[in-house]
Amino acid sequence: MFPTPIEKRPRSAQITYQAFLPFALILWLLPLLAVALFSIKPDADFTNGNYWGVPSSFEAFTNYGKVFFESNMPRYLLNSLLITIPTVIGAVALSCMAGFALGVYKFKGNLLIFFIFIAGNFVPFQILMVPVRDLTVSMNLYDTKLGLVLFHVAFQTGFCTLFMRNFIRALPFPLIEAARVEGVAEWRIFLYVVLPLMKPALAALAVLIFTFIWNDYFWAVVLTQGPDAQPVTAGITEFNSQFRAAYHLMSAGSIVAALPPVAMFFLMQKHFIAGLTLGAVK
Amino acid sequence: MSSADTNRGWYKRNEIAITPWLFLLPAMLFFAVYVIIPIGQSFWISFHQWDGLGDKTWVGTANYERLLGIGDQNVDRKFEVSFWNNLRWLVLYLLAIPAGLFIALFLNQTVFGIRLYKSLFFFPFVISQVVVGLVFSWFYLPNDGLFDVITGWFGIDVSGGVLGNPNTATYGIIAAGLWPQTAYCMILYLTGLNAVDPEQVEAARLDGAKGRKMLWYVILPQLKPATFIAFVVTIIGALRSFDLISVMTNGGPFGSTRVLSFYMFEESLSEFGFRMGYGAAIAVVLFFIMLGFIVYFLWSMYQDEKGAR
Repeated sequence: MFPTPIEKRPRSAQITYQAFLPFALILWLLPLLAVALFSIKPDADFTNGNYWGVPSSFEAFTNYGKVFFESNMPRYLLNSLLITIPTVIGAVALSCMAGFALGVYKFKGNLLIFFIFIAGNFVPFQILMVPVRDLTVSMNLYDTKLGLVLFHVAFQTGFCTLFMRNFIRALPFPLIEAARVEGVAEWRIFLYVVLPLMKPALAALAVLIFTFIWNDYFWAVVLTQGPDAQPVTAGITEFNSQFRAAYHLMSAGSIVAALPPVAMFFLMQKHFIAGLTLGAVK
Repeated sequence: MSSADTNRGWYKRNEIAITPWLFLLPAMLFFAVYVIIPIGQSFWISFHQWDGLGDKTWVGTANYERLLGIGDQNVDRKFEVSFWNNLRWLVLYLLAIPAGLFIALFLNQTVFGIRLYKSLFFFPFVISQVVVGLVFSWFYLPNDGLFDVITGWFGIDVSGGVLGNPNTATYGIIAAGLWPQTAYCMILYLTGLNAVDPEQVEAARLDGAKGRKMLWYVILPQLKPATFIAFVVTIIGALRSFDLISVMTNGGPFGSTRVLSFYMFEESLSEFGFRMGYGAAIAVVLFFIMLGFIVYFLWSMYQDEKGAR
């Protein structure tokens, strides 16, 4: 193990390390802690210039209550969910199939198609922006959740296919051959042999795509414009103009907007990290 | 099974050849319509003048000439600023890699509660960039922001606040971006460090290697896959910087924080009118910058593929 395990160091080093850890963590998360502090302060603290001191009263319930009952926030959150969940299902389904095709079969153009999926995934969003917006408008899907979902499914398919294909490649191939010898139809092999083995990959991709799509801002701005369809990342700017300079409410709103992917991460940490490292670093 | 053998239709005979294409079809269709074809369309649009609604007017390479200042015109000032800012982003963003490695080495211990520490250190990456941007813009508030309070103790005062001063604004935003990016690189290295061969480390230790030498000659070579992915995601992240700029400064002050991705958006969808053709030309330039990296990434992956066969 590197660096040398702390247990093999002198006692003093161990104590210093243990004491330094929480200190380093607080330093690292300082900007977030500041926002959390803002979000429980009363309005008066900001007008009095008490930005960083102890809150003069504890107002978490009032502030978060305002976010949920006196703004469009719940609506934006619902939009985000209605955009994110169908995208996750769509992208994972498409890429499962594509990954199966690219990982199991040998045919001409296999590697080329695989590399097109990877390359498309690295492309800057801006080169897609004008045509995709145009396409969405012409399908009458501008400012709808469906318009965003369709694009997200298509774009995320690139990354998901890369992931799925590599995962399927690492599965024991004799299993598939054995099924073929038995005369099992190819689509049944996919459904009953490969798919059950892909559960960890499915979980990893699902959490990862959930986070990516929830946090998307660019496409939300390009393809939607009002509270009817906008997800929370775009909605928060409108929220902030409603509560201009009301730092306590803006911070509470930000925390609410950031929470779902955070919860997802803590619940499914193992899968999340497996997904992030592309399964390449095991 | 027997019925399958007796009536083997055309599909049955060609099953192995056809199945992959059937499985690929939906993904390829979506990807073609929303990703591959739009790239070509953007190239096409970049040779036109177009407001996004009426007819396109063919203008040849006029958009590019205006952008790059070919002929008797000056290079587009905004483009120049954006381009140099993009380079700043690229270079400074790479700091996330050594910073992530440093934190990973710091946390790669097995003391009580270390798992929770690792997750909490990773925290910033899970938060949306919009929220990171907001958080940092309050952190940088002139006079009242925590940054100004702390620097004030040392007698440093950035006039107009970090984001209000054209000389510091871009660096302020990059620092905000480095925060989640460092967390990402850290997690890559933590998983990488888990896979380091303990026998090699012990052998090197017996040979008297330790500290920096050990890191450089024994550990880093084994972390190469992690470093590669960290490099890829950091470069992509740097060139995609849009959310933070849009949220923190909206390109200002005086346009000093624009990058190509932001400038393109501004030209195509701003309140001053839709100049889609010119925007597309900027996107094409950005695409070519990215293409250099994409080719390198694909080439590295291709080498791996060949090795695996």
